[in-house]
Amino acid sequence: MDQLTTDRLMEIMRICAGEVDPVVTTADPEDIDFADLGYDSLALLETAGRLEREFGVAIGEGELADARTPADLTALINRLLAKTA
Amino acid sequence: MSTDTEGLALDDTVVTGMGVVAPTGLGRDEHWTNTLRGASAIGPVTRFEAGRYPSRLAGEVPGFDPAAHLTSRLLPQTDHMTRMALVASDWALTDAEADPAQLPEYGMGVVTAVSAGGFEFGHRELQNLWGKGPEHVSAYQSFAWFYAVNTGQISIRHGLRGPGAALVTEQAGGLDALGQARRQLRRGQPMVLAGAVDGSPCPWGWAAQLSTGRMSEEPDPVRAYLPFDAEAGGYVPGEGGALFVLETEEAARARGARRRYGRMAGYAATFDPPQGSGRPANLERAARAALDDARLGPEEIDVVFADAAGTSEEDAIEAEALRGLFGPHGVPVTAPKTMTGRLSAGGSALDVATALLALREGIVPPTINVSRPRPEHTLDLVTAPRRIPLATALVLARGQGGFNSALVLTGPC
Repeated sequence: MDQLTTDRLMEIMRICAGEVDPVVTTADPEDIDFADLGYDSLALLETAGRLEREFGVAIGEGELADARTPADLTALINRLLAKTA
Repeated sequence: MSTDTEGLALDDTVVTGMGVVAPTGLGRDEHWTNTLRGASAIGPVTRFEAGRYPSRLAGEVPGFDPAAHLTSRLLPQTDHMTRMALVASDWALTDAEADPAQLPEYGMGVVTAVSAGGFEFGHRELQNLWGKGPEHVSAYQSFAWFYAVNTGQISIRHGLRGPGAALVTEQAGGLDALGQARRQLRRGQPMVLAGAVDGSPCPWGWAAQLSTGRMSEEPDPVRAYLPFDAEAGGYVPGEGGALFVLETEEAARARGARRRYGRMAGYAATFDPPQGSGRPANLERAARAALDDARLGPEEIDVVFADAAGTSEEDAIEAEALRGLFGPHGVPVTAPKTMTGRLSAGGSALDVATALLALREGIVPPTINVSRPRPEHTLDLVTAPRRIPLATALVLARGQGGFNSALVLTGPC
C-alpha cells in the first residue's frame, strides 16, 4: 500500500467535510490545527473512517485525538502502515 | 405589504418573516405567483428510480441546487430535506430583517416539525451498514437522519441558542410547530424561528408511505390527487415547506420590524379515537377550539385552507366538520396543495405561508384538477382564484395516526 501524502489527506478531508476555512497565516497548511482549518471532531471521525477503509489500518481513538494537524495525521497513518507492512 | 401595526396588542404573536421552499417555487414570490396561476408541480418522481413502485408521482422542488446556497462543509453531513430547511431558514430571517447576532444570546428559539427525519441519508447509510459493514457508515449518520436534525442545524447555522424543539405529528406538524413557538413566546421568549420543511422522496420514504395504503396509484398527474372529488383515490406525496419568524408584537416593535404578514390568532390540536372505536373523529373539535382561542365565531372566518386528505373517507370527515362549523356552503374552502401534493409536515406550513399571502393580497388561491366535487360534501370549493375581502383564515391539517390541528390567522391590518 502506498504511503499517505498530506495532499491526498487534504483531498479526502474535502470529500468528507468540505473545503478548509480561509486562514490568514504564513504557516504551512499541513501544520495548522484542524480546528483552525474548520474541521471539528466529527469531520475528523468521518475522515478517520475513510482512511481506515482506504489504507486498511485501524486508528485508535487516543491516536486520533493526538493528531492535531494534517501533518500529524499523515505521519500517524504512515506509522500504522509501516507496522502492518 | 403593511407596516400598519394598529390593532395589534403587545402580546400578540405576529409573523414577521417567511422562507418558502416548495414544489411551486423557490422563494415566497415564485410560490405565490405559481399558486395563483394554478400551476401544478406534480410530476414523475426524479429523485430515485420509481418505475417499479405502484405510485410514481411526486411534488418535487425543482431546481434546488444545495451547493449554490450552502458551504461545502454542510453538504456531506446533511440530508436533502435539511438542506432545503437551512435555505428556508436563511430566507425567513432575511425577510424579517432579523439579525440573530443583534439579539441576546438566548433570544431566539427554533421549532421544526418533520415526519421521517433525513430518510434519504439514513437509507444510504443503512445500505452501507448491511451491504458493506459498520466501518462504511458515515459518522454524520449519528445525527443526519434524526427527527431533530433540522432544528439542530438551523440553530447552529444562525447561532439560535433559545429553546429548541422538534415535533413529529406528520402533516399536522407544520401547525403544531407554530403552536409550540407561540408557547415559547408566551413564556417570555422574544422570537422563534418555526415551521417545517419535510419530505422523503427516496425508496425508504416511499415504502413507508406506501404502507399507509393512502398513496394514489393513478399515473396521470392531473387525476392523481383529487381531494373532495368523486374520483378521489389517495394522495401524491411531495417535499418542501416553509419556515417563519414569529415574535411578540412587543419584540417586533422593539427591534423596529417593519413587516407583519399577519397574526397567529388561534391554535388548537386534538387527537382521534382509535379506529373501530365507533367514536367520531376530532377534526371539528380542533377547529372549534382554535376559533375559541382566537375569540372568533365561524361567521368571522373568511376562508378555509383544507387538509384535503384525498381519500373519500377522510374527505367526508373534513367536509362534515366544515358543515358542522360553517353550515352547508358556508365558507370558501380551498386546497392549493392539489398543486404540490402532500408535503408531510411541510404541507401545513406551506398552507400557512399561502394563507398569509392570500390575506395580504385579498385573493383565495385555487384548488386545481377537482372537476367533480361530491355534492354531498356541500363545500364552497374555490376552483379559480377568487378576489374577496379577506381578514381571517382557518388552516386545517391532519397527520397520519390521528393528529388534528387547526390554526387561525388574521391579516396584516
